[in-house]
Amino acid sequence: MGKYLLRRLAINVILVVIASSLAYMLAATTMNPRAAYQGRQPPVPEAVIDKTLDAYNLNDKTPVLQRYATWATGVVTGDFGKTWNGASVNDELGRRMFVSLRLLILGTLLGFAIGVALGAYSAVKQYKFGDRLIGVGSFVLMAIPVFVLATLLAIATYNLNRGLGFTLIEYTGEYNPKLSGFDQFLNRLNHLILPTISLSIGGSGAAFYSRIQRNMMLDVLGQDFVRTAMAKGLRRRTALMKHALRTALIPSATYFAFSVGTVFTGAIFTEKIYNWHGMGAWLVDSINANDVNSVAAVTAFTAVCILFASLLSDLLVAALDPRVRVS
Amino acid sequence: MRSKVVLRRLFRNNQARYGFVALVALVLVAYVGPYIGKYDWTEKDFMAFLSAPSADHWWGTTSIGQDLYAVTLRGMQKSILIGLMVALISTGLAAIVGAFAGYFGGWVDRVLMWGVELLLVLPSFLLIAIISPRLKSGNWLWFVVLLAAFSWMITSRVVRSMTMSLREREYVQAALYMGIPRWKIIFRHIVPNMSSLLIIDATLNVSSAIIGEAALSFFGFGIQPPDVSLGTLIATGSDNATGYPWLFVFPAGLLVLLVLSVNLIGDGLRDALDPGSNS
Amino acid sequence: MSILEVKDLTVTFPGGVQAVRGVSYEVERGEVLGIVGESGSGKSVTSLAIMGLLQQNSVVSGSVKLHGQELIGMKEDELVKVRGKSISMIFQDPLSAFTPVYTIGDQIAEAVRIHQKVNKDKAAKRAVELLDLVGIPHPDVRAKAFPHEFSGGMRQRAMIAMAIANDPDLLICDEPTTALDVTIQAQVLEVLKTAQQETGAGIVMITHDLGVIAGMADRVLVMYAGKPVEQGSVDDIYYRPRMPYTMGLLASIPRIDGEEGALVPIEGNPPSPASLPPGCPFAPRCPMKVDMCDEQEPPLVPSGAGRHVACIRAQEIEHKGLTGADVFPVPVIPPSDVVRVPRAERPTVLELDSMIRHYPLMKGAVFKRRVGTVHAVDGISFDIAEGETLALVGESGCGKTTTLQQIMQLAPPQGGRVVVLGKDSSTMDAATRKALRKDLQIVFQDPMAALDPRMPVGDIIAEPLRAHGRKDVEARVAELLELVGLAPEYAERYPQQFSGGQRQRIGIARALALEPKLIVLDEPVSALDVSIQAGVINLLEELKNTLGLSYLFVAHDLAVVRHLADRVAVMYLGKIAEIGTVQSVYDHPAHPYTQALLSAIPLPDPELERNRKRILLEGDLPSPADPPSGCRFRTRCPKFARLSADEQRRCVDEEPSIARLASAVDHGAACHYAEEVEVITASDDQEEK
Ligand code: SF4
Ligand code: SF4
Repeated sequence: MGKYLLRRLAINVILVVIASSLAYMLAATTMNPRAAYQGRQPPVPEAVIDKTLDAYNLNDKTPVLQRYATWATGVVTGDFGKTWNGASVNDELGRRMFVSLRLLILGTLLGFAIGVALGAYSAVKQYKFGDRLIGVGSFVLMAIPVFVLATLLAIATYNLNRGLGFTLIEYTGEYNPKLSGFDQFLNRLNHLILPTISLSIGGSGAAFYSRIQRNMMLDVLGQDFVRTAMAKGLRRRTALMKHALRTALIPSATYFAFSVGTVFTGAIFTEKIYNWHGMGAWLVDSINANDVNSVAAVTAFTAVCILFASLLSDLLVAALDPRVRVS
Repeated sequence: MRSKVVLRRLFRNNQARYGFVALVALVLVAYVGPYIGKYDWTEKDFMAFLSAPSADHWWGTTSIGQDLYAVTLRGMQKSILIGLMVALISTGLAAIVGAFAGYFGGWVDRVLMWGVELLLVLPSFLLIAIISPRLKSGNWLWFVVLLAAFSWMITSRVVRSMTMSLREREYVQAALYMGIPRWKIIFRHIVPNMSSLLIIDATLNVSSAIIGEAALSFFGFGIQPPDVSLGTLIATGSDNATGYPWLFVFPAGLLVLLVLSVNLIGDGLRDALDPGSNS
Repeated sequence: MSILEVKDLTVTFPGGVQAVRGVSYEVERGEVLGIVGESGSGKSVTSLAIMGLLQQNSVVSGSVKLHGQELIGMKEDELVKVRGKSISMIFQDPLSAFTPVYTIGDQIAEAVRIHQKVNKDKAAKRAVELLDLVGIPHPDVRAKAFPHEFSGGMRQRAMIAMAIANDPDLLICDEPTTALDVTIQAQVLEVLKTAQQETGAGIVMITHDLGVIAGMADRVLVMYAGKPVEQGSVDDIYYRPRMPYTMGLLASIPRIDGEEGALVPIEGNPPSPASLPPGCPFAPRCPMKVDMCDEQEPPLVPSGAGRHVACIRAQEIEHKGLTGADVFPVPVIPPSDVVRVPRAERPTVLELDSMIRHYPLMKGAVFKRRVGTVHAVDGISFDIAEGETLALVGESGCGKTTTLQQIMQLAPPQGGRVVVLGKDSSTMDAATRKALRKDLQIVFQDPMAALDPRMPVGDIIAEPLRAHGRKDVEARVAELLELVGLAPEYAERYPQQFSGGQRQRIGIARALALEPKLIVLDEPVSALDVSIQAGVINLLEELKNTLGLSYLFVAHDLAVVRHLADRVAVMYLGKIAEIGTVQSVYDHPAHPYTQALLSAIPLPDPELERNRKRILLEGDLPSPADPPSGCRFRTRCPKFARLSADEQRRCVDEEPSIARLASAVDHGAACHYAEEVEVITASDDQEEK
């Protein structure tokens, strides 16, 4: 087991190195951080721009391989370099990943819990009214892309607040910095309401989980061991909960583990639309700002998160399913 | 004979039937609709900027006076086209890579799967976002290729594991023992026997490609002006959604309907093609 | 008073298909009722209906009384008190019947706690006791294992332990040994008998295996197309059947104590429950059918001494004392020309010399890694002469399938030699290999899996022809279809439209397409129902004789082997234990394993079964990744146990090689202490002949 994990770790490290190098090269060759300085009023002398860009290792006059070498040396020592305007990428990363975590964790959890419950219910009541209702609901929700859903929710809240004459539900930003203590905590929760709804019910939340959970559950329901459990004298309900659901939970749990593993990488649309300054928003902003080092850092970080997430979901399968455990 | 059975099952399936009807209607609207409308999508009405839906401009106008009806249908055409092409390319790629990796195993498998892993680890959103605005503008076909290049990996893994089990099937072994070359076995016995999976996958890929295009266009990383797609329209619409709701509602509504109808068909196909299902 | 009383039970599935059409029977305390029937006869549905375990949308009517208490229509609250307490059920496939994510011990303890008020520890202790009772070694350790960690036989034992956990009055066993090997089947049947003694329960034993029923049952119910067609005491049914279907069934089974030659086939296929014939459901296949049979379905009428028969000609059958062989036409199979030449002078078509095949042993689905080497085939040698059938027999895991694959691949083996038609596989080039494929063909076990479901039958048969560039494909396809007894028009249909037996014939036609010299038969009839099986066996025999083929016949069913093979090689754990002509090996087995194997096979003959002494083997097959030193059979060898310590040492240290036995020309065994023993007593009718 130990040897296996080490090998896997080695492969993953190589993957991350290749992925982030690729991203760096791509960004460094196609993006133009100089643009941000050239357009300034009053104009900045070229020598000054060069000097600034050199300091940030962003000068397009330096050969790309040389910039890459500088960047890579930094990364090996744990320094992702500077943003286009000289801030530390590391600091930015450290701040933003926790913003994303605070934004996502609740929605991810809720989406999974609601989805599994609905899916299991749906399977047990196959073709009954409840099943159909859940089915139609999840289909519609899955067809609504998150940027449409989030915008719709924002519009609705805007109109609601206007109708009420005061702000019942916040729809932009993470918190109100003017408040403090418990008030601020409440305010933070209020700011979470909309993003959480849009994250938890949409195509990657409850709607998605309810579909896979229903399918898995239906597969399991037809199997002999549920019949055995009832032949032993368990009630149908108990047999379903204790034997069928427990077994059918394995696949959805692995998806869940995967999405928990990637909460730090953020949710691009939700963050942009509700104005949270997390990782997802950074991704878009850094591309728009021609911010080469940030782009490379986001890529490296995402790759690490994805690999970590898939390891996490593999471990969870092993924990839940004795059949794949190495004895 | 089998296709007849599948079709019959498909049309007995309510979901699929609604989905099919809706899709046909939407495609008709996209391609026939423009002939009915009064304006061409390139025309600008300088008398009406941001006017609300009216008898003249059925769905209102944009901030530069374009007729929203004409523009939205034009965008929908593009979205449908992109969806179809991406789905075709990515499913085809997935089938070939997966089948070869699964059937040959050994180093072929390792190399191909390593490539898959790498592509999965790369944040595709970011890469497409960097590349696509820098492509020669107007050449949306490159965008299709990019989108397809990043959406086949998961399916190819499924195809690979299915191939590995099909490889052990006796009829595949029988073909081998008859002296039929391996690449021929892949195309004659393995890929056709995964056709259900591939058809379903291609269908669902259509809808995810439509969403994917819209998502990228939402930030301006997708289709570049002057071309329009549902995504670019939604993007501009959502900025002013509170003040000028029609700008958002029409393209977004059509997008949702389009995706929904394709998904319904995909799900219906799954039921119809899977003999184990009992609907 | 009877424990269970079933009256007029019918089951209708959604869509109006009647799977069970009026079943009535009674079971008394300590009695074993056998229910036989082929797949689709409704025998399993009947028992699920009794337990109330059918899908909720199926309609059950009639009456099921347990101790006089009606079960049909009972509320779930009441029913759960009966299930697992008064009636228990043992399912066919114990792997899928256990929940994969809980330990065996927990699942048995759960059964205990549902009906008895005991705490967790006590229930767990009881589970261990029960596992001990059914003969699971180290029950306290094994109780903590998960279902997939048990072998098939062990799982079935655990299933029995769970079924008897609450001292039931009635045990319903649904094909309890079908998925198991014969020696394990013998063990499990023994455990079932113990379980019955322990609980005094009545048993309903559902199976398609007439041998198992003969040894276990007191009374027998024969089902056909959802209805009982004959019922009576086991001796009556087996020795004096009065319904043509029962007669045919009994006559069609190949027997290990039987003669060679054609078997009695029942033509046609069982009707589908959706489209039953108007009169007697057996009429389309019945050789005794008269016009009246089509008018109305004959009811099951009592005919004295607790017997019931559903046939209008039952009286006549009784008077004339007819048997299956009298009624059903037996095909005449022309003799082979080739075998007139003595074996030594015939060319050898296949030769294996100390062939070896090892695999890496992988473990884990997510964390895959190599943990050892499977010694799948460890040096086996045999040869097949032209016109001869050699059977390779053995239980699952003995290496027979690996051997077959190695031969078919025509690739150099890891060790030893494979010589096909005089050409050594390790030295041949690609062109020779391809040419050789014409002469070497295979028929697979599962007729469904062997045919590509997306190709019409004509294309399937034409595939080898086209691959080898033959012209005139269509005419040849038609000819081949006729050769295997199918109409040439069938070429346009798809495999799904055929029954199992027909599909197997298509597979045979494909194998014959290139006029091969040697055909490898991989369990060609084991997936077929008994009544269909006989026809396919006859076809194989006939083709061999008329076309001068040679067969390598891989099988686990020794009775079928006796009918089809000339010589037999018994494999155990990657080695050949015994080899020789069928007569010598079956009548005078010399290796203790062969003896146990033959004695484990149940005979469809109640009288013989009652008096038979079985040689029961202990435990399971050791893992081929870690075979025992010396003689591989020693861990289970009954003879080894009786040897002195000195003699035993030889078995442990020295690996026995095949030694020719003095008494026969063609018979050898790999045992240091080989000694011929008769384990099958000749049956009465054979003695009369
Ligand atoms: S009733 Fe007629 S068809 Fe049926 S078994 Fe008897 S003789 Fe045959
Ligand atoms: S060699 Fe010894 S252990 Fe092996 S079969 Fe003979 S007696 Fe048994």
